[in-house]
Amino acid sequence: MFFFVLRRIGVMLLTAFALTFIVFYMTNLPPNLEKLAKSEASVRMSDEAVASWLDENGHSGSVFLRYAQWVGIAPGWVRLEDDGTTKGRCIEAGMTPEEAPRYCGILQGQWGFSTVFKQPVSEVLGRSLGATGWLMFWVMAVMVPTSLLLGVLSGMREGSRTDRVLSTFAIATTATPEYVSGVILIAVLASATAGVSPILHGWGWISGKTLFPGTATSAMENITFMNFALPVATIALYGIGYIARMTRASMTEVMTQQYIRTARLKGVSFRQVVMKHALRNALIAPFTVIMLQFPWLLNGVVISETLFNYKGFGWTLVQAAGNNDIDTLLGCSVVAVFVVLVTQLISDIGYVFLNPRIRLA
Amino acid sequence: MQDALTWGQIIAGLAARLFPVWIALAVLFAASFGFKRKLGLYGRIFDSPVGMIGFGLVMFWVFIAFFADMIITHDPLVQVSGMKNALPGSPVKGMEGAYYLLGGDHLARDVFSRVIMGAREVLKIAPAATVVAFMVGITLGLPAGYIGGKLDTSISFGSNLVLAFPVILLFYLLVTPEIRDTWIPTTLAAILFIFPVVFLAILFNSRFFTNPKQRNLYVGAVLVIGLWAYSGLAFNADPLGVWSMDPNVLNVFVSVVFVNSPGVFRIVRGMVMDIKTRDYVAAGQTRGEGPWYIMLWEILPNARGPLIVDFCLRIGYTTILLGTLGFFGLGVTPESPDWGSTINYGRRLLAIAPHPAVVPAIALMSLVLGLNLLADGLREESMKD
Repeated sequence: MFFFVLRRIGVMLLTAFALTFIVFYMTNLPPNLEKLAKSEASVRMSDEAVASWLDENGHSGSVFLRYAQWVGIAPGWVRLEDDGTTKGRCIEAGMTPEEAPRYCGILQGQWGFSTVFKQPVSEVLGRSLGATGWLMFWVMAVMVPTSLLLGVLSGMREGSRTDRVLSTFAIATTATPEYVSGVILIAVLASATAGVSPILHGWGWISGKTLFPGTATSAMENITFMNFALPVATIALYGIGYIARMTRASMTEVMTQQYIRTARLKGVSFRQVVMKHALRNALIAPFTVIMLQFPWLLNGVVISETLFNYKGFGWTLVQAAGNNDIDTLLGCSVVAVFVVLVTQLISDIGYVFLNPRIRLA
Repeated sequence: MQDALTWGQIIAGLAARLFPVWIALAVLFAASFGFKRKLGLYGRIFDSPVGMIGFGLVMFWVFIAFFADMIITHDPLVQVSGMKNALPGSPVKGMEGAYYLLGGDHLARDVFSRVIMGAREVLKIAPAATVVAFMVGITLGLPAGYIGGKLDTSISFGSNLVLAFPVILLFYLLVTPEIRDTWIPTTLAAILFIFPVVFLAILFNSRFFTNPKQRNLYVGAVLVIGLWAYSGLAFNADPLGVWSMDPNVLNVFVSVVFVNSPGVFRIVRGMVMDIKTRDYVAAGQTRGEGPWYIMLWEILPNARGPLIVDFCLRIGYTTILLGTLGFFGLGVTPESPDWGSTINYGRRLLAIAPHPAVVPAIALMSLVLGLNLLADGLREESMKD
């Protein structure tokens, strides 16, 4: 078990380095750097001026060396200027070269400076991750119980009418990506001209023009059911179908096992069999699936936050990518890669812990 | 000034415009029902109601894409003044007897015609990209599962790398206007597009190498046509100018294939590892058959059931991915009628005029739903074997 975990962590670290290097390489492609130079210094720069600006700001040279500096495993670049001052990656304003640390990268907590938000990246990420944390929490709180319940109910008696109805519902939700369900939810519940809002308004049941607000910007300060229901539903809906189908498959398999038949023949009530004998064994597989849903949830978060203008992690990522904010984009990628790899690790280890049939040397 | 149409009239109008689609669907279903016992797995779709509904939905959109030129009521790119965000069923100003059946969008274009043309955009890319992704996944997955060892470890590591990438991040990195100036899209295309040629060449070579005449004919044809298309599609260097791809489309196509193929690889690898323990594989090995013959002509046909099901699901997934790209405005021209970008432009005015976004949203949902139902029906039918 110990060696299994150790090896998994080793592979994970290797993957993390490979992925961050790819992201670093792709965000630091020459055209992106040229755009950065033009937006930071002057739009009408000649090619030579761009080259010298990049050179002065440490964006030239080998990409491996720059990556190592960014991670913080190689000393940051230092340059002696013509006027006798020393510039460097780790030398901040008002700092003498002697005071500055030798290494300053992701590992030292120096995530760089966002050119869009005009703030250190760590602050931007901290704020947006806090906002997204709440979104994720509510999505999980809605999605996991709903989908497990749906899956267990439909898998309990395979082929029954409940099973057919719930399975069709699950297929329909997996066919509805977030940008479709979000648009339809807004049109039905939060539009002044279509859906249920004008009708309810006409009856005098709601005072405002729409039932739900079309944006979740106000949820940044204060989360209420009204401003958070639509973004959460948008993300959760897509995941519900998938997890419910996995739970159903696992539940139907468990229900055909010998020990279930034995329990039924002993005279245990169907309810007891489901609750006591089947459920625990049926929930092992969905656990892995739920954990592996995190990367996909990340997608949903990006779409839903863009659609509802909720300024969380996904919104930040879109802003950074759209405005060539290299440091912020790199920071977002580190977080995303980290989340994905850690959930994979948890799902692997958790699966082994939960399933006593898997024995590892 | 004409009156606007009622909802009943709109639906009747839509049904009338889609006349060629109904005819084609009726002919297809009648023919398939008549011969369903002779059509193998395809015919068995018609035994399951779920599969039939799914197949109907999918073919509905396929025929719409095919007859799009006959169905549209207006040019999808033409703007008519005064029709900005017009409600569904509004009469077109200055044109007698013409209506915007599903209203106008923010640039006063006909939503109905754009959705119809959008089906063509989606169905041009999604199935082709899925086919290429399958060829890549199969060509890599067969040896990884069959031979195993270091080969398997290294390919699996690479595919896990791609799978661990959040898709949106990958799209934001891969599908940007700047990246077209770099070597990345062309190189990716060069690597990914060679797989179909390699796959088909090995497929025929391993089967017919005992009969050099036949082998030379098949493999030669594959290589000539394949490399000809390859030069045009990947490098835009077709000497005859038949094969070419718009750089934007190429970029989108390549990234979608890139995202999809590791998933296919995993499935193929898993199934090969299961099937290679069967007796008929051992029999083939004892007969002295080559590894590629066993992989491509013994193992692959026996893995076809789950692969066909996954193929249907994956076309749906690719459609969703293409929509995601459009939704973020990546890799498509603003005029393009594809569903994702139409949703993207429509969502900004969702509170006032929802129809420009809702119509393509429902279109996309119904196509993907059809593919999922079809996959479900196929899975049920293929499990009856």
